[in-house]
Amino acid sequence: MDPQGPIASAERLLLVNSTGIMLVVVIPVIIATLAFAWWYRSSNSRANRDSDEGYEQRIEFVVWSIPALTVILLGGVIWIGSHELDPRAPLPKSSDPLRVDVVALDWKWLFIYPDKGVAAVNQLVIPTGTPVAFRITSATVMNSFFVPQLGSQIYAMGGMTTHLNLLADKPGEYPGLSANFSGDGFSEMRFIVKSVSSDDFNAWLEQVRGAGSALGEPGYAELAKPSIAVPPTTYHSVDPKLFERIVEQTVAGPRKMGGSSQPQPLTRRAGD
Amino acid sequence: MLGRLTWAAIPFNEALPILSGAVVGIVILAVLGTVTVKGWWPYLWREWLTSVDHKRIGIMYVVLGLVMLLRGFSDAIMMRTQQAIAIGPSQGYLPPDHFDQIFSAHGTIMIFFVAMPLVIGLMNFAVPLQLGVRDVAFPVLNSISLWLAATGALLINMSLVIGNFARTGWWAYPPLSELAFSPDVGVDYYLWSLQISGVGTLLTGINFVTTILKLRAPGMTYFRMPVFCWTALASNLLIVAAFPVLTAAFVMLLLDRYLGMHFFTNDAGGNQMMYVNLFWAWGHPEVYILILPAFGIYSEVVATFSGKALFSYRSMVWATLGICILSFMVWLHHFFTMGAGADVNAFFGIMSSIIAVPTGVKIFNWLFTMFRGRIVYKTPMLFSVGFMVTFVIGGLTGVLLAVPPVDFVVHNSAFLVAHFHNVIIGGVVFGVLAGINYWFPKAFGFTLDERWGKASFWCWLIGFYLAFMPLYQLGLMGMTRRLQHIPTPSWQPLLWVAEAGAIVILCGILCQVAQIYVSIRSRERRLDLTGDPWNGRTLEWSTSSPPPAYNFAVLPRVETVDAFWHMKRTGRPPAEPTYESIEMPRNSPAGFVTAFFAVVMGFSLIWQIWWLAILGFLAAITVVLVAAWSTEREHEISAAELAQLERAR
Amino acid sequence: MTIAAIDSPQTAVPTELARGRGGGGPAPKRVVVAYGFWIFILSDMVMFSALFAAYAVLSGNTAGGPTGAELFNLRSVFIETMCLLLSSYTCGIAVLSAERRDPTRLFIFAALTFVLGAAFLFIEVTEFAGMVDKGAGPSRSAFLSSFFTLVGTHGVHVASGLVALVYLVAQVAAKGLQAAVLRRLLCWSLFWHALDIVWVGVFTLVYLMGA
Repeated sequence: MDPQGPIASAERLLLVNSTGIMLVVVIPVIIATLAFAWWYRSSNSRANRDSDEGYEQRIEFVVWSIPALTVILLGGVIWIGSHELDPRAPLPKSSDPLRVDVVALDWKWLFIYPDKGVAAVNQLVIPTGTPVAFRITSATVMNSFFVPQLGSQIYAMGGMTTHLNLLADKPGEYPGLSANFSGDGFSEMRFIVKSVSSDDFNAWLEQVRGAGSALGEPGYAELAKPSIAVPPTTYHSVDPKLFERIVEQTVAGPRKMGGSSQPQPLTRRAGD
Repeated sequence: MLGRLTWAAIPFNEALPILSGAVVGIVILAVLGTVTVKGWWPYLWREWLTSVDHKRIGIMYVVLGLVMLLRGFSDAIMMRTQQAIAIGPSQGYLPPDHFDQIFSAHGTIMIFFVAMPLVIGLMNFAVPLQLGVRDVAFPVLNSISLWLAATGALLINMSLVIGNFARTGWWAYPPLSELAFSPDVGVDYYLWSLQISGVGTLLTGINFVTTILKLRAPGMTYFRMPVFCWTALASNLLIVAAFPVLTAAFVMLLLDRYLGMHFFTNDAGGNQMMYVNLFWAWGHPEVYILILPAFGIYSEVVATFSGKALFSYRSMVWATLGICILSFMVWLHHFFTMGAGADVNAFFGIMSSIIAVPTGVKIFNWLFTMFRGRIVYKTPMLFSVGFMVTFVIGGLTGVLLAVPPVDFVVHNSAFLVAHFHNVIIGGVVFGVLAGINYWFPKAFGFTLDERWGKASFWCWLIGFYLAFMPLYQLGLMGMTRRLQHIPTPSWQPLLWVAEAGAIVILCGILCQVAQIYVSIRSRERRLDLTGDPWNGRTLEWSTSSPPPAYNFAVLPRVETVDAFWHMKRTGRPPAEPTYESIEMPRNSPAGFVTAFFAVVMGFSLIWQIWWLAILGFLAAITVVLVAAWSTEREHEISAAELAQLERAR
Repeated sequence: MTIAAIDSPQTAVPTELARGRGGGGPAPKRVVVAYGFWIFILSDMVMFSALFAAYAVLSGNTAGGPTGAELFNLRSVFIETMCLLLSSYTCGIAVLSAERRDPTRLFIFAALTFVLGAAFLFIEVTEFAGMVDKGAGPSRSAFLSSFFTLVGTHGVHVASGLVALVYLVAQVAAKGLQAAVLRRLLCWSLFWHALDIVWVGVFTLVYLMGA
């Protein structure tokens, strides 16, 4: 509810508007329910009582019309809103989007900048005011990539790519999380999004390129092993086709069936 | 010899499951011991365990549901406590391993072993009586259904002390539920327990659709059936149409896990999205299976306690059928965020909000039933009014969630959790509690204590708002669901309010326990001697409380809707009716014994004790075949006997 | 009167009470049993639909393994289809014989139905075994998983039907063709014909379109 980007703002507006439309009906209904419940109690001698059958066709007409009209209005809102805020659709005012590839691992997030040749874990640095075009997958089970203050979430699924477009209006730090339960380390699967000016962003890129390790196959295999609450790290270079290979599952991943790495149970589980 | 089962399966070193298991074990032993010492086994066996009487089966379903409510609620209060204290540096008292099992068990138990049995139990008890007939179409199958449900419940409870339960959430999405990511017995407990009880539920669906469509008192045309029977019909049609989809989805997941197939795995071409689709193609109709009978109960209760006919019977029927059909066209709203694209999302969003129309119509109809009525506030009516206010809030948030872009920011959050608890507690639970209070005198011959009933209502109502309104707020603040550890300290106050709400609901449950205890102790003061304690409108109130096994010595002739009300108004004194001999079904051990072997089979399949699984399966099939051999399933009550029984009552 | 039945016409309900649909009172037992069984078959069809849907989604996911075109032997599929269709025919005659209270003819045609059904199963099992031998078992790919499950579930239904047939024929032998036994035979034949319909779907969507 504290939007920092146009997608999130639009979604909050939709939420508020839709709630408003419905409250127009719901509040009178609740008041009427409580009022009727009170007024027509058997001990109230002042209330008019009907004989057994109280049916009137006029009331019936109103009874069907009110929900129908509300729903027609909402239907329009839904149609328009779904199309305008389709995660796959690039943002309307587009400078060239920054491409970021996202991989959900056990239990951390890997961010690859394919055009910049660097990668980071559990931190996502983006330039303010630049649209970001995400490609998202999972190297493990189903997760959901979500930065609440920037807007929509979308599932991260193994063997598949989902697409999302977001933008941060202002500089700041925004928490991100996984919104689909993925196992023991799920609660700690959090990351930080840092929206910085373009200059600061380029400076950060320079800094990353000068330090840390390379994310090739062995580095990735190590990273893919299950771990929780991983502190933010960066990689100065990335295998150019790493993301595609993760999607195609031609690279060793965490706990793949018959795969190389067998996880150590994080807590002792009975029956193992 | 014993498959995967070893002594290591029993978590001797983990205090929580061992202690709770020990407590449950002691209670069970105490109950069994008391029954044995008092010599009640022959009575129990003859009158209850082998009974095929829909009234008895209904009561046993409700007992099962209420007992499992205690288990499901303990899970809930454990989760609330964990989330209230595991903030910032504290990890709480439940490690992820346990917390994950607890929230998975909570959802599974509440949906499958609390809500379903309670709703099915009430339908079992009331529908044949309301239809003016003597039993359902297939009484032995009815018994099998009950005991298979108990089988599933038993298996899930065994997972507490032998092995562990699934750690996947109650949907068990793959790939998390596949062998690669859940190699232990937990998901197997989940799958077999639900698969076995699912067979029973499907049989119930077949039974009730046939009963409602083919067995009604003479003169009861479709539009003279009580509204509760219409909602029961819609609910059971949904069972018949939806449960086979779940069966198929679970079969595929079981094959993945047991035979290494690739329906939903990450590799070899599996498609996890298909599970999601199949699961929710069942899952959405499931929630309507639960809510429609509750709507039916409200229709009966509101009309009865307002002293007025239900406003617009016809539109209630059409709204019910509309909801029934529409419920199959909305399932994708459970996963708008899976990336289906704007057109698909918008279609399902619009369909989901269209369902609000017949639901809204029902609310208005209840409202106008109360309008200018003479409302008497017994416990069932309190729950109904509480429902009307609470459910519309839940409906509002539901339609909000039906707007895909809004869902994108609140999907899987505490907002969602608040929404579905809002409609399930405000809708299903309140309805079931109203129904139990409403039909209790019919079942047992005395009414429940009103004071404790009202106390339980207020605790449930206030507790619900305290427990779940903060969750709406937390969801909007960015809290996702199923968190074992809370990252943001500013959320803690709201979580403490939610914890308080859970404690108030606990008080509500304790009030209900007290209500039952007090009511039984003081039953002589609240005997229902007329059979019609609420001045009811439908046929069940024309029988004695409790009714004889055959319900009606002579099937009533129905001339209008609200048949009993009409009979009372036209006030014809009953002449001595001419009795004809009737046939009643004999008791059968088939249900209980089949279920026993189903437990053996299920447990063996979970632990991969193949020889025992095969034996259990063959034994269960044999029992069914033996029971199916007989053609002499009924015994006759002659006209003379009937006359004698009736005169004695 | 039975709990569920009005068997004799003189207890039928006067027309003024039965105005509007469905006011005739509880239906006779044979109607109730058949109706319930139809609903069961309906539910079974829903389950098969879900399996068909799974097959439709996964039929292209061969994961680099063999495809349907490479595996299916349409000649043996044709033979097993003929067996099953013929068995429906013999089943029909068996039921007619039962209704005409001709137990001998019933036994003969029930036996023929059994043999044809067993032949179907034999061919199918051989096909499955052959595929497994070639390394094209159900765990090879999603396509094969869905193929084996869809066709295999149908096969399990056929096998159960054959077991049930033996059981029911034994009932006829032991109890004669009384009303209850006849009802059960009718239900069984409904089941058998329904399996035939499902097989037509399988034959078309899986074998013909996949080959």
